[in-house]
Amino acid sequence: MSIGSTKALSADPAWPDEIYQVLKEAGVQQVAFVPDAGHGRLIRSFEADNSVRSVSLTTEEEGIAMLAGAWLGGQKGVLLVQSSGVGNCINMLSLPQICRMPLLMLVTMRGEFGEFNPWQVPMGQGTQPSLEAMGVIVRRADHPEHVTREVAGAAHLAFNTWRPVAVLIGQNVLGAKNFKEMTRK
Amino acid sequence: MMSSANLLHRRAVIGELLRDRGDLLCVASLGAPNWDITSVGDHPNNFPLWGAMAASVMMGLGLAIAQPKRRVLVFAGDGEMLMSLGALATIGAQQPDNLAVVVLDNERYGETGMQKTHTAHGVDLTAVAKGCGIGTALTVRSEADVAGLRREVYEGRGPVFATVKIDPEALPFVLPPSDGVILTARFRRSVLGDEALYN
Repeated sequence: MSIGSTKALSADPAWPDEIYQVLKEAGVQQVAFVPDAGHGRLIRSFEADNSVRSVSLTTEEEGIAMLAGAWLGGQKGVLLVQSSGVGNCINMLSLPQICRMPLLMLVTMRGEFGEFNPWQVPMGQGTQPSLEAMGVIVRRADHPEHVTREVAGAAHLAFNTWRPVAVLIGQNVLGAKNFKEMTRK
Repeated sequence: MMSSANLLHRRAVIGELLRDRGDLLCVASLGAPNWDITSVGDHPNNFPLWGAMAASVMMGLGLAIAQPKRRVLVFAGDGEMLMSLGALATIGAQQPDNLAVVVLDNERYGETGMQKTHTAHGVDLTAVAKGCGIGTALTVRSEADVAGLRREVYEGRGPVFATVKIDPEALPFVLPPSDGVILTARFRRSVLGDEALYN
């Protein structure tokens, strides 16, 4: 890695497999997601797991409603989205808030560390304040070694106190791609 | 069951679909569908929404996955369904065999002054559902159609979708509890037993 690199801190991080185990131990049986490169490995793990129902969404707020239904029926779930998708969820966050239901969201961040695409910046910078404005408890993981612990803590907080909780996985952890560099190759 | 305009009365349709309901679970979207399911008798296995527009159909999917041995019936207004068309695509991809979605289509936004919705301009929600891969997708216009829909809801292989064309009548409000914590706790206790209180 060069001194000025914006690549992921670890090329083969352990946390995607570790948080799969954490979520299994937390009793997650429904996984709702909008496909995202940062969650790619976790999504593949869940899709290979016949004891978990993985549901690809057309838009992120569908997942908030789906996991509310799951809770009513006695199942726990997790919502995997990118920071841009948080913006689609705002009014739907009323549901877990007013019904005091657990909601665990894992958000892969764009529009911050090392971002090359200006269009990702407004929602990336607005992600945490938007979530907090809707009463979601927000935690950040900005180092690969912190992701698993933050997800474990968020799962306990969400499922034991029936609140919406989000873990923002920083772009510093995920690495920033650069399409402009890719066009030069 | 029919109005002078030869359209179905919404509460008569709901009464027919919710009579002798057994262990059926029911979600209703905000506004008239909420008041409608309550008008035929408030029930702990009802989850009537007071907000979160566009939630009802996807709540039905999550509930249907969690409770595969029970039938789940979602009542959505046409405005609600138009706002969550993507959910039909998600349900088409998932093919839950115990989920039915019934749209009460009065072609109006009833709560906000009876403005026309897109269905008043020819948008065909049943065709959308078919296009999303929902095998049983019906448009219901008569009492005989309602009887057929009831069979699909209780005995058919889901996912089931129906657009029920109803009279745009304004009916008295019949309100369920509005506290989401109460609605959630009573539903979970009814479905999961007292165990729901301990986790």
